[in-house]
Amino acid sequence: MSFTINGKTFEEKPRPGQCLRTFARDLGWFGVKKGCDAGDCGACTVWLDGKPVHSCLVPAFRAEGREVTTIEGLACNGTLHPMQQAFLDAQAFQCGFCAAGMIMTSASLSEEEKKDLPFRLKGNLCRCTGYHAIEDALAGVGHVEPDRAGHACGSSLQSPLAHSIVTGTARYTSDIKMEGMLHLKVLRSPHAHAKILAMRTEKARAVPGVHAVFTSEDVPKRPFTSALHDDYRVDPDDTYVLDNFARYVGQRVAAVVAESEGAAEEACRLIEVDYEILPAVFDPEEAMLPGAPVLHNKEFSSRIQNAKKNIFLQIDSEYGNVAQGFSEADVTVEGNYSSNKVSHAHLETHIAIASQSEDGRIHVRTSSQAPFQVRAKLAYLFAIPLERVHVYTERVGGGFGGKQEMLCEELCVLAMLKTGRPVKWEFTREEEFIAGVSRHPMTTRIKVGAKNDGTLTAIQVRVVSATGAYGNHGGETLAASLSQSLQVYRCPNMQGTGYAVYTNIPPSGAFRGYGSSQTVFAVESAMGELARKLGLDLMTLQRKNVVIPGDAVHSIWEGPSDAEMGSYGLDQCMDFVETALASGRGETKPEGEEWLEGKGHAIHMHDCIPPTEQRSEAHIKLRADGTYYLTNGVTEMGNGTITSMRQVAASILNSMADRIEIVIADTDKTAYDTGTFSSVGTSVSCKSVSLAAENLRDNILKIASEYTSRPVEECALADGNVQCGDRTIPLTELFATARDARHRLEVMRKAYGSPRTTCFNVHGFRIAVHRVTGEIRILQSVHAADAGTILNPMQCRGQVEGAVAQGIGSSLFERMVFDGNGKMVNPNFRNYRISAFADIPRTEIFFADTYDAYGPLGAKSAGETPIIPVAPALGNALADATGVRFASLPFSADRIFEQLADAP
Amino acid sequence: MDLNTITEIQRPSRVEDVKEWQNGYAYLAGGTWLFSEPQVNTHTLIDLETLQWPSLTATADGLEIAATCRVIELENFAAPPDWLAAPLLSECCHSFLASFKIWNEATVGGNIIMSLPAGPMISLTSALEGVMTLWPRGGEPRQVPVLDFVTGNHQNVLQPGELVRSIFLPAHALKKKYAFRRFTLTHLGRSETLIIGTLCPEHREFVLTITASTLRPMQYRFDSVPSAAEVRSVVEGIPLDHYLSDTHGSPEHRQHLTYYFSEQIRQELSA
Repeated sequence: MSFTINGKTFEEKPRPGQCLRTFARDLGWFGVKKGCDAGDCGACTVWLDGKPVHSCLVPAFRAEGREVTTIEGLACNGTLHPMQQAFLDAQAFQCGFCAAGMIMTSASLSEEEKKDLPFRLKGNLCRCTGYHAIEDALAGVGHVEPDRAGHACGSSLQSPLAHSIVTGTARYTSDIKMEGMLHLKVLRSPHAHAKILAMRTEKARAVPGVHAVFTSEDVPKRPFTSALHDDYRVDPDDTYVLDNFARYVGQRVAAVVAESEGAAEEACRLIEVDYEILPAVFDPEEAMLPGAPVLHNKEFSSRIQNAKKNIFLQIDSEYGNVAQGFSEADVTVEGNYSSNKVSHAHLETHIAIASQSEDGRIHVRTSSQAPFQVRAKLAYLFAIPLERVHVYTERVGGGFGGKQEMLCEELCVLAMLKTGRPVKWEFTREEEFIAGVSRHPMTTRIKVGAKNDGTLTAIQVRVVSATGAYGNHGGETLAASLSQSLQVYRCPNMQGTGYAVYTNIPPSGAFRGYGSSQTVFAVESAMGELARKLGLDLMTLQRKNVVIPGDAVHSIWEGPSDAEMGSYGLDQCMDFVETALASGRGETKPEGEEWLEGKGHAIHMHDCIPPTEQRSEAHIKLRADGTYYLTNGVTEMGNGTITSMRQVAASILNSMADRIEIVIADTDKTAYDTGTFSSVGTSVSCKSVSLAAENLRDNILKIASEYTSRPVEECALADGNVQCGDRTIPLTELFATARDARHRLEVMRKAYGSPRTTCFNVHGFRIAVHRVTGEIRILQSVHAADAGTILNPMQCRGQVEGAVAQGIGSSLFERMVFDGNGKMVNPNFRNYRISAFADIPRTEIFFADTYDAYGPLGAKSAGETPIIPVAPALGNALADATGVRFASLPFSADRIFEQLADAP
Repeated sequence: MDLNTITEIQRPSRVEDVKEWQNGYAYLAGGTWLFSEPQVNTHTLIDLETLQWPSLTATADGLEIAATCRVIELENFAAPPDWLAAPLLSECCHSFLASFKIWNEATVGGNIIMSLPAGPMISLTSALEGVMTLWPRGGEPRQVPVLDFVTGNHQNVLQPGELVRSIFLPAHALKKKYAFRRFTLTHLGRSETLIIGTLCPEHREFVLTITASTLRPMQYRFDSVPSAAEVRSVVEGIPLDHYLSDTHGSPEHRQHLTYYFSEQIRQELSA
């Protein structure tokens, strides 16, 4: 029995039930990825005798005697396969986790087959790109521009990781072998609410290969929150590493470490648990009523505001006087809007690997968005000094907020400390659904008052957010939902009431849009209704009421704010979308009187930085060989910040980006960074780079000036040298001079998240709706973004495209569904559909021409916010087409068809 | 995914080589469902690939499809020109939620045995009046129409250890005119409803087969093309709780679509 992979023969034998995916990985072919392990996502696509297959579904023994080709075997003698080159040229990936499978599928297609990409690529899911760039790659359209000194800012430069991604050599969290590594698996609660009375682990411990079993008896008696923020006090301490209460179906109650995943799984099945089943509550309104089951009977010190009523946090605030405002209104509209629980569906699941070096330090390799916060939490939980913990990421396969949470690192460290062996825990896709985090389902009651001429007089919102069984991001998302959603309107009276409520469903967390998406859906839908009632066009109504340059940024809070419009492109964005929707571009409505047509749009203004503490620190130095070395704690999970940072530095240093080596996301190698979330990649992390690079440039010029005895005004930095008048000093020479003179061409700068500038997004749709079936077809999709200076057009477009695709999915069909006992019924990609190639139209994308006063080189956030106006834009288009206001997401055909019966 | 409870693979060249059937045995055909979920109650896989059954045998009487026939082989099958219904083979292959890559491994028999309402091979073979040959353990082969084989969502008449050998599509069904309607909540997603009508060019017999919307395939025969009221009446006869409720469609929507498309099929075949 022998196996041939990428032309190499292996004598190793697979286990009887092993699939080809893990067998190939065991043999070192890490290019074969796990996105779902169930045949739905295609990340593990390999060729078997030249035909593409999902290797997670192929029994490994069947590959015997056949030719297996993985992404690593696609290039020939060092020359990339044309499809790899095409993906490189179009940069048809962001996090890159899907790229290997996407390329293996695409490279198998004939020219004829490429004509039907929606069908041919339906088995390859990408959560980042929105598929536009992938379509371009298959059409041979390139986007990458050359790396030229002096042109770094504004060029579509390639990601420094691009080559490793298309060749399958980029190492994601799981792509590593460690001697003696053990595997961790957990036992999860089948009950939504239960007390664990007893647990018997003898049989589990007796399974061959099992090293340890952990229960709530074995964990630190320190409550914590899994949410990752610089200031942990904004989130409640309601979580234990393992608890003796289960508060949702799927909560982990015990853990096993063993030589293999199989042994750990078997041991988990053999743990006997006696549960006392407690009454559960799933609806947040019911959870606040007297007599409802109480989830957390904890002290006030846990920072739970009203534990007896299951309210983690209540917010009440008023700016102006809404009662007065409504009394002045000629017209009011009211509505109740609800949003769905949505999974991030980053293709790389949560993974951590903990190990210990001989000096006793702990090393944690993780898929986190915030390694420094993980380090702080681990140090706190295990009472070890911060400097003895090292947390790092290598490549991370998508985040979207889902990895702003410590969900697996702590158990790995616990098990590693106990066994002395490296311990790895990799979530399954099902675990990602049932025990990862997801978007907060919120209901928003909104009332808006206006004068007959459209002038707003009052806006009032009441938001009820289901934080689920644990509080984590419940408070911060609630605050965002009450403030960021309203601040685009210069309404004199605004009032908000919000509740973050515990229920017995899996915890919600940070999700792209962070609370704003849910309330903006309500606000912009209500504005659509108001426009209809006033007989005004929505654009006209909005133009009358939106903030204008010079306005203070405010919502429901009184008092000063550090949010400030450092640039203003909302007017341009609205014009772009209005003009595009009026252009007649896009598809025409299908034939037939059953098809209705409508247009709609929505606007949003977003703070580029969170109100919580945010800081980033860049170190940059010139090296002896004339290259630069840049470090920053930011994480790269497809957001592109690593590319932007090099461009910012290259732009300021007037060099090629390739002259700058960058190291990120490592608590040993880089300085503290709060974390990569909340739109801060550009506005804070890149800002630290710009400050450091400017200082380094000035130092270099000063030394060059002294060295050449020319005035500094006559000195200019170029790629690899400094021009001082007519003299050209190579940077290598300058480095040596500086060293001799005891100058250090090494700079450190910090950037802080204050003041917080704002960005703008406007999305428009023209759609067709089938009045009988309820099918929605997007005929035209238009997005305009004000992201300040566009550092990298290809990358910014990609971020918008990906966000819009995620928005379309969560608006039209994505929905986590739970049965009456709180068990999720669709915890897989087969039944929780995310946008596939066929679901996503091409979006026309426009960028406003602005320069931000606070952002690096005038740039501000681009990646997070384009998702936010998508749902209300669809809702407004749907209302325009049908005359019916749909207030509950998602707008899947089976959820809207009944109300269409009376449509005009 | 890895099936970590599997301790043995049997690769028989004849079915008789499989000795006493035990709990924890499972037949392995394409493996595309089996390997997509943990199978904690299974310890032994019996590989059917080594039996080497011929995938497709076309005769004047009809088409015999081995249970182990790969979906891709059915998709690529070149039918005689007078089999007017032959394009349904490809239409139904294209009705999988799964990628074409899965077709390279997945089998026709496997899809029918899964007995999911949306199984397109069930739609195909029930609409074309297919009859299955089953090999019980230790008994004589028995024949069961596909329509009777599937008894509910993920339920069928298969006994432990019993094998599906083949599905036979009779030539008279393959020679019929047909009309096909399908709806999915997401583009190219899983069928929320899949309805096929056939019309016998000679005897004018009209057969309406409703699948995917209902828990199991439902079939209605009419001597000639029925009236709109007759079609409405048979669909109305299906109680709401016979419609599937899952994330691919609500029972009410499935019922609504079933009316709508059944009538369209009636009209198309009346023309």
